[in-house]
Amino acid sequence: MAGLNKSSFTNPVVNWIDTRLPVFTMMQKEYGKFPTPKNFNYMWNFGALAMINLLIMIITGIFLAMNYQPNTQLAFNSVQHIMRDVNYGWLIRYVHQNGASMFFIVTYIHIFRGMYYGSYKAPRELLWMIGVVILLLMMATAFMGYVLPWGQMSYWGATVITNLFSAFPVVGQPIVTWLWGGFAVADPTLNRFFSLHYLLPFVLLGVVFLHVAALHVVGSNNPLGIDVKTPQDTVPFHPYYTVKDSVGICVFLLVFALLVFFMPNLLGDPNNFIPANPLQTPPDIVPEWYFLPFYAILRSVPNKLGGVCMMFGSILVLFVLPWLDTSPVRSARFRPVFRVLIWVWVASVIGLGMVGAHPPTGIWVVLGRVCTIYYFFHFLVLLPILGKMERTLPLPESISRPVISGNSGGGGGLPSGAAARPMEKA
Amino acid sequence: MMRTILRGVAAGALVALGLWTAPARAQDAPVPPQQVWSFDGPFGTFDMAAAQRGFQVYSQVCANCHSMDQLHYRDLSGIGLSAAQIKAIAAAVQVPVGVDDQGAPKLGPGTPASMFRAPFATVDAARNALGAAPPDLSVIVNAREYHANYIYGILTGFRDPPPGFKLQPGLYYNEYFPGHQIHMPQPLHGNDVTYADGTPARLGQEAHDVVTFLTWAANPEMVERKQIGVRVVLFLALMGGLTYAVKRRLWANVDH
Repeated sequence: MAGLNKSSFTNPVVNWIDTRLPVFTMMQKEYGKFPTPKNFNYMWNFGALAMINLLIMIITGIFLAMNYQPNTQLAFNSVQHIMRDVNYGWLIRYVHQNGASMFFIVTYIHIFRGMYYGSYKAPRELLWMIGVVILLLMMATAFMGYVLPWGQMSYWGATVITNLFSAFPVVGQPIVTWLWGGFAVADPTLNRFFSLHYLLPFVLLGVVFLHVAALHVVGSNNPLGIDVKTPQDTVPFHPYYTVKDSVGICVFLLVFALLVFFMPNLLGDPNNFIPANPLQTPPDIVPEWYFLPFYAILRSVPNKLGGVCMMFGSILVLFVLPWLDTSPVRSARFRPVFRVLIWVWVASVIGLGMVGAHPPTGIWVVLGRVCTIYYFFHFLVLLPILGKMERTLPLPESISRPVISGNSGGGGGLPSGAAARPMEKA
Repeated sequence: MMRTILRGVAAGALVALGLWTAPARAQDAPVPPQQVWSFDGPFGTFDMAAAQRGFQVYSQVCANCHSMDQLHYRDLSGIGLSAAQIKAIAAAVQVPVGVDDQGAPKLGPGTPASMFRAPFATVDAARNALGAAPPDLSVIVNAREYHANYIYGILTGFRDPPPGFKLQPGLYYNEYFPGHQIHMPQPLHGNDVTYADGTPARLGQEAHDVVTFLTWAANPEMVERKQIGVRVVLFLALMGGLTYAVKRRLWANVDH
């Protein structure tokens, strides 16, 4: 009976299942005992938060799809029907609508954490790259979802963004026609966007599974950016991080609830309460806030094809980040120069976001170009050079001994972590 | 260290959200002044009397040109009208009720389930009759920057054009309309309606009432939403505090 799993579970039903399909053993290994660095700060909550957020989006989305009509004549009214006539439809819809914003807030912070603490460096390059795939899928899903209510911004956003592909020579226009399923954004476009908007989150879920699987092979990075050396450096995932993540989830849901219940349209555009009208262009076509930095990059380049390439390039550059950053030290804590420059980069992204929200005139054009150049300069020039030039601070010996040996007289010296003792639970 | 980062992130996020969502003002219309509304703030509710008076203004003035396609007469229970009142209001209007035996569209008295009667059969019919299509008012408060204050501003913002302003024929000068030239002639002047409750129908009063009604029409779920929200936020705050206490206790024996 070589194939049977030797289950350590005593409950006979659980044991019977686990012997044949060791899901309980797997959960115990990956989410129960899973050794996790004990020095995470709250920045390490955001992966779990993104996961929760994805599930919220999928669940609310399924219920919305039951009442939504992907037809240009009916879509706008069907959304109003959900808001007015479906039981708690307004709640489901506002959660879904604001959930998109929350998803990007959480994911952007998650990405920033990876960048600040060098989580993309060996051996976590593939983990990081899968994460970039997740970001791209998220963006595609969010874009198509925003089209579905069929308001003015839905329609014109779809028109502008799909038209970007026409910048490519020769194949551009046929690609656009193919995307639209016709010669304008119309019923076939709305139908396929609805279909894909329903499909992609499940693809996303699959890629998230790969992301987590890769994480559980290489293990988590930590704020010190040094490898786990001894069992004293870790605590079991449960209960230590299940509880710590729960704290984060409460705060996350609190912020989420404030948006949904008290300012559900704060982050939306009033123009999307006007039904789509192909004959009337709104004064300013602006994407949702989470796309503004990329929209600003697009508009900062005087050439359309150049702008499109730079915009896509701004995400694609993240794929090669593990090789652009030549520094052997992961955490910004021990990189005095990088630690400043990463904030300059963040400032450039925020600057781009502001530029994206304003019509491209006057100071905004200049600011947009400066920020765009700096965005790429950071990745393509600063990071490769910095790794070679920067005088990094000495790394601690281990996570349990964050103080460099020599002045171990203080606290923190002895590896007296809880992991050294038997757990009360788990 | 972590606190500095979190503070930085929080501050950055706030600044970013604030600036990103700051409306890029179209043209040269001034910001409409903030009015006092019963529905302001996290505990605000709709002033039912004002909303009912506003419905009267809508029915007697606005509804001559503007549709409210998303509303049914039954929805009026949301501004405190009784079932009998709603039945009477609906029965007093002629709404499309399918087709007759020759296939021609037929009109008949409305029921609570009827949609609000639209003044024109189609948008094109409205445009032909009026020179421009009046927007549907169902969600107008949500569909404009500055929301209720903007609608109030438009209704009370008709002025003589300033000297030198070139007004195109057939358009009217409005302080708060982007570009100042609006197709709509001044709809309310004061005393356009006679309020049943004896409230003097000054222009400001009428505008205030109809904006209250329109804000309800655009967000009929608002009161319930805020009430649930208060409970959800309180629960999450409590749950968060409790979870944090558990976390502190659990981690107390970890040297980290």
